[in-house]
Amino acid sequence: MLEVSDLTVRYGTETALDGASLVVTDRSIHALMGPSGSGKSTMLRTIAGLEHPDGGDVRWDGTSVVDVPTHRRGFGLMFQDYALFPHRTVAGNVSFGLRMQRLDADTVRRRVESVLDLVGLPGYENRSVGTLSGGERQRVALARTLAPRPRLVLLDEPLGALDRSLREHLLIEMRSIFTKIEATVLYVTHDRDEAFTIADQVAIIRDGRVVADDTPEGLWRRPPDVWTARFIGLENLCTLAGLARLGLRPPAAEATAGAVPPEAITLSADGSKSGTVVGSHFRGGAYRVELDVGADALLVAWSPTGLESGAQQRFEIAAGSVRWFVD
Amino acid sequence: MRSRRSLLLLAAIPVAYLTYFFVYPLVTILATGLLPNGRFATSAFVDVIADPAMRSVAWFTLWQAVVSTVLTVILGLPGAYVFARYRFPGRSLLRSLTLVPFVLPTIVVGVAFLSFLGPGSPLGLDLRGSIWAILIAHVFYNLAIIIRGVGVFWEQIDPKIEEAARTLGAGRIRVLREITLPLLRPAILSSAALVFLFTFTSFGVILILGDLRHTTLEVEIWRQATAFLRLDLAAALAVLQLAGVTAILLLYGRARKRETGDLPLLPPAEVARRPRTAGERLLVAGTLAMLLAIVVTPLAVLVSRSLSTADGIGLANYVHLINPPRASALFVSPFDAIRNSLGFALPAVVIAGTIGLLSATVIVSGRGRGGGVFDTMLMLPLGTSAVTIGFGFLVALDRPFDLRSSLLLIPIAHSLVAIPFVVRSTVPVMDAVQHRLREAALVLGASPRRAWREIDLPLVARALAVGALFAFAISIGEFGATSFIVRPSTTTIPIAIFRLLGRPGTFGEAMAMAVVLMVITAVAALGIEAIRGNRTGGV
Repeated sequence: MLEVSDLTVRYGTETALDGASLVVTDRSIHALMGPSGSGKSTMLRTIAGLEHPDGGDVRWDGTSVVDVPTHRRGFGLMFQDYALFPHRTVAGNVSFGLRMQRLDADTVRRRVESVLDLVGLPGYENRSVGTLSGGERQRVALARTLAPRPRLVLLDEPLGALDRSLREHLLIEMRSIFTKIEATVLYVTHDRDEAFTIADQVAIIRDGRVVADDTPEGLWRRPPDVWTARFIGLENLCTLAGLARLGLRPPAAEATAGAVPPEAITLSADGSKSGTVVGSHFRGGAYRVELDVGADALLVAWSPTGLESGAQQRFEIAAGSVRWFVD
Repeated sequence: MRSRRSLLLLAAIPVAYLTYFFVYPLVTILATGLLPNGRFATSAFVDVIADPAMRSVAWFTLWQAVVSTVLTVILGLPGAYVFARYRFPGRSLLRSLTLVPFVLPTIVVGVAFLSFLGPGSPLGLDLRGSIWAILIAHVFYNLAIIIRGVGVFWEQIDPKIEEAARTLGAGRIRVLREITLPLLRPAILSSAALVFLFTFTSFGVILILGDLRHTTLEVEIWRQATAFLRLDLAAALAVLQLAGVTAILLLYGRARKRETGDLPLLPPAEVARRPRTAGERLLVAGTLAMLLAIVVTPLAVLVSRSLSTADGIGLANYVHLINPPRASALFVSPFDAIRNSLGFALPAVVIAGTIGLLSATVIVSGRGRGGGVFDTMLMLPLGTSAVTIGFGFLVALDRPFDLRSSLLLIPIAHSLVAIPFVVRSTVPVMDAVQHRLREAALVLGASPRRAWREIDLPLVARALAVGALFAFAISIGEFGATSFIVRPSTTTIPIAIFRLLGRPGTFGEAMAMAVVLMVITAVAALGIEAIRGNRTGGV
């Protein structure tokens, strides 16, 4: 089990991590999500031992590893642009960590073969890494990280450089590989879909601090604050004034904002509320419709048919569906 | 793209120039060595190889070059690392400072080390005629090649590759051995080949710091040709040396080709960072202190000793340059030598600039159409030693026209050494203009003429200015080739310094003159750095 507590890292006057805490339990896949500059890569690098913290602790199974040098930590790290060794073949890359463990040549060869099988690149041993496609490089980097059987697998935006369809494919594949080898994984990304697809648990980091940590569904249903809700892409976040125009009042006086789930909005000619259609785009299966309801509030709803811009549209909101935020 | 015909026409001028002043003299040397009396004979070679003195010269040339190169690489790598990977106050200034020795004329380096490690040394020792003075001077002179050549490459290697190795369980030493050094190998090899080339053909440093036991082929060629008038022996030695140089250049070319492999190179700015831990700060400070000691000490000793006179600190040595106290053995006053040098530098710059610019245009427009061959041909004078060029002039340029008494001969010799530098500074810029900037300007609506005026001209003019300053610095300090063709009335600064060294009682004036030459060259070097800005590039 990895425990990160009150981790602080400063670069000169800049504070990259400001007391971040996180627990990754054994055999779980934990995503760490945050906007660029939030400190997520620094957190990963500090856990790996590539940065030394100015405060706080990193423990593995209760023992602090802060003073253990990177190469003795037994954590694997996969870099965003893979950092493959350009002067070595695929086998030379994948076997590197095994050779560091002083395994005999025969064991190394067998382990390389099996891990290349695992990532779907059987027989690639003697290829030069310069000849590989983006997806193949990603798999080699994954194989290199997994080959020494690290007790913790750290991944820094491992799909960032790939195109969308390849990304989705590899994501599912990676999840099944991690489950199969029962790896403990910390996966850094800025992409919500990626985090939600692969992770059992998603932590959100903001300005060097972990501000939320929940299952993907829990995070989506109960985001702790407006910033997190906006960051994970919760739609129809409105001010109290906007909601008041729709006749929606908060249950408690301290609420500051609320969100109307798009699926709670039903478009119908006899609805009690109305708005002006300002956008209507086909999104595969249905139209995503934007309704201007005044007071700077824009609602997104789904419609089976396209609507004309500028038209008035009546609709209904399911009772009790609004999520209220107290910031 | 220019038409093939106009390209050939453009190429004709530099080709004719190089053929007459470079290839023809070289062929004449070959002929003098291999065809004495018009018939093929190997007698001169047999003389050379049978003579134990010559064999020991060849052996010394080789081993001192190997040792000098190894020492320079070992001492240069920490500097390359520190400048490539760390940001610290005064970084660019210190980096420029490490370049200074490389642009200094060999004669200045020789005099500086004579004042530092020779008679009257502040260290109280006299290393003249020992291998140590030569090795230290060679390290001092060539350190910049390693720091720049390897550093430019090092700062583009993604540190994440090394970090990946560390997370896979490799300790620092292991990372250095298995990742960093193998990745740097091509850059180290090509820079080391250049250092080897320069130390293999070392002239000024050896002439001043060496003795009869410590002498290179380069010095021996000069001695045989000018002191003993054994042109056949000198030619045989020159041919031997040329063979060695060609082998080194071939190795260098191969290393360069591998350097541009499929490494994922980063823009340099992303890599350098401030040192963080105490260990890193110690490493940076220690390396910089070592570099400063190597670079500054000999020059500081030279300046301070040039200012010391019989009655304390004073400018007497400098005053004597203008008002020689005795009847001058130089035939011209040191002051006239300065005037001569500047007078030769101007035509040398004009010739090297013109030929260099024409050549660069041909190389860039002729890419894929034989421009590359031309490129290689132009680099040959860089590999050929200065003494060989001077010696070639001496044996070849009396026929069909006797140019040996022409005043233009010295600037022509200087221009041959300088042309590769002009070409190297302009070609990359012209390439970039040709392929991207120019097209961008045209797409933005500039007419071809407007694009030439607003994009090509200003950019190429800067590069050409850099090349011209290089040519100036080379001309003002050129010693090896000049020593063959100089006349008493055309004595240049380096020749005057050498003559002053050879006379008793004028060491002070020699040092003063060396300081003057050092200042002139340093100003040119600062100009080069200023025009280039912080852009990185070759040495």
